[in-house]
Amino acid sequence: MFTLKLFLIIWVSFAIAADAEQPGPNLGKLASDDLVKRWNRDIFPDGEGLPEGYGNAMQGKSVYVQYCQSCHGQEGSGGSADELAGARHGLTDNPPDKTIGTYWPYATTVFDFTRRAMPLNAPGSLSDSQVYAVTAYLLYLNGIIKEKEEMNAKTLPLVNMPNRQGFTREKM
Amino acid sequence: MKEQLDYVAGGGLLDRRLFLQRSLVFSVATVLAPEVLAAERDDIQQWQLKPGDPLSNYGKPSPFEQKTIRWTMGNAMAPGNGVSWTPLHDLEGIITPSGLHFERHHNGVPQIDPDKYQLLIHGLVGKPLLFEMADLLRYPMQSIICFVECGGNSNAGWHSQPIQTQVGYFHGMASCSEWTGVPLRLLLNEAKLKGRAKWLIAEGADASAMNISIPIEKALDDCVLVLYQNGERIRPENGYPLRLLVPGWEGVVNVKWLRRLHVSNRPGMTRNETAKYTELMPSGKARQFTFIMDAKSIITQPTFGHKLAKPGLYQITGLAWSGRGKITKVDVSADGGKSWAEAELQQPVLSKCFTRFRIPWHWQGDNIVLKSRATDETGYIQPERAVLVSERGEHGYFHYNAIVSWAVSSEGRISHVYA
Repeated sequence: MFTLKLFLIIWVSFAIAADAEQPGPNLGKLASDDLVKRWNRDIFPDGEGLPEGYGNAMQGKSVYVQYCQSCHGQEGSGGSADELAGARHGLTDNPPDKTIGTYWPYATTVFDFTRRAMPLNAPGSLSDSQVYAVTAYLLYLNGIIKEKEEMNAKTLPLVNMPNRQGFTREKM
Repeated sequence: MKEQLDYVAGGGLLDRRLFLQRSLVFSVATVLAPEVLAAERDDIQQWQLKPGDPLSNYGKPSPFEQKTIRWTMGNAMAPGNGVSWTPLHDLEGIITPSGLHFERHHNGVPQIDPDKYQLLIHGLVGKPLLFEMADLLRYPMQSIICFVECGGNSNAGWHSQPIQTQVGYFHGMASCSEWTGVPLRLLLNEAKLKGRAKWLIAEGADASAMNISIPIEKALDDCVLVLYQNGERIRPENGYPLRLLVPGWEGVVNVKWLRRLHVSNRPGMTRNETAKYTELMPSGKARQFTFIMDAKSIITQPTFGHKLAKPGLYQITGLAWSGRGKITKVDVSADGGKSWAEAELQQPVLSKCFTRFRIPWHWQGDNIVLKSRATDETGYIQPERAVLVSERGEHGYFHYNAIVSWAVSSEGRISHVYA
């Protein structure tokens, strides 16, 4: 009985704390698994979220030349947009040279960003295999994988990025 | 005049309460007033001789204020990819007019039909939820007056030579508005977070589907799903119909056109938290997840582009803010930092909000250097540039918040200096 009373007191005080703010009217509709699956395009470094499909650097070169080169330049440098490959010096030089090869810590990020945002004039227009292929080409240009190495949902998260240990987290 | 004034620091700084005492200002005004008023009284002006413009559905600034605009810097290959700057040098008070709020878009401003808008919350939740705009408008709302500042604001400060440009085009990727909307924790609580929930990945509905990860503690603290900006529905370039507001944290996490919130046990390591918005240090390592915008102050008048006509009494004014809370003090120096005087803070002083400071100044026609230095309620003091650069090097790009120095020449010209 005593235990029950104590439980009730604790329960009531929790309820009061939760009620300190006006509660929401609970108007959200339950989202179906199918909708969540279709909307969720997030990709994590361990490969969660990576879709089916595959491609290598040889296939990726033609994707790059057609959709990327006009802004990012031949072989990933010298264009109006970010330099992606071809770093001539390192991160401690002045100025530092930040490319996918010298700076990006995860290969999955290249896939995620390219699939959601590129090319700027038609984002989302590349097939998943085209994105795997152009990701492979960019990794190849940076000397990280071989030209014929296939990138897919299994192999991409295993790519060893040179600057993987290059980040320190701030205490908040 | 010099003998009558009480100087509180070098270079002609006067007690901050001087303007409030009125006598000085009024004595100047009484000398000028009769002549000016006499001329105007005799002469009926042209705009009094015919009816003025009719009523309007939505007001605009005076045609005489057309120079007060955002300065836009878009990518020639993709005009929607770039920034525009708030002209802080032309503004007073603490609220940024909505049409002058700075912009940073990764691929343009989408024009979203609110009737087709939906917000999804999913991941480590008991109930994945989908909200329509009509639903969200029925939720209890709250308002917060706070700044939003791009993590890359003021980054010209890292340059080896001081940039010569108006203060808004140097520090104007910061703006301040009243934001009104639904506290994020209300919806997260309804979705019932699971115990392993540690991060929230937010995604926008723009053409770059901008995505970024935010610690769940912050999401449950003071984040707001913003529907209104300065009293009206939020502007398209600020995220219409709904943006995420993350008070005090770098602009990029304040995701505009918010469409999806993915509750996770780890960050997504998206492009904007790895390749960008990380700060490369001299060691070659980069600081990551440097979310909080540290205290900063800038003098907005007089600064580059203004010219002091002649020696005399001026008001130095500017803005200070901190992502960690309230500004408690702004000190101003008119002798390059040798001596400092405390500026008056315009009330109310709000947490994570622009704070206007003012101090009277008697410029005696000398070459001098003006500086301002903010302190926030955590005791953090805005650092001198040399200190910031010695700690972070020159290639961090983001989070530049050093003291800014303005040299006034004996001719009254003002330039940006490292001093």
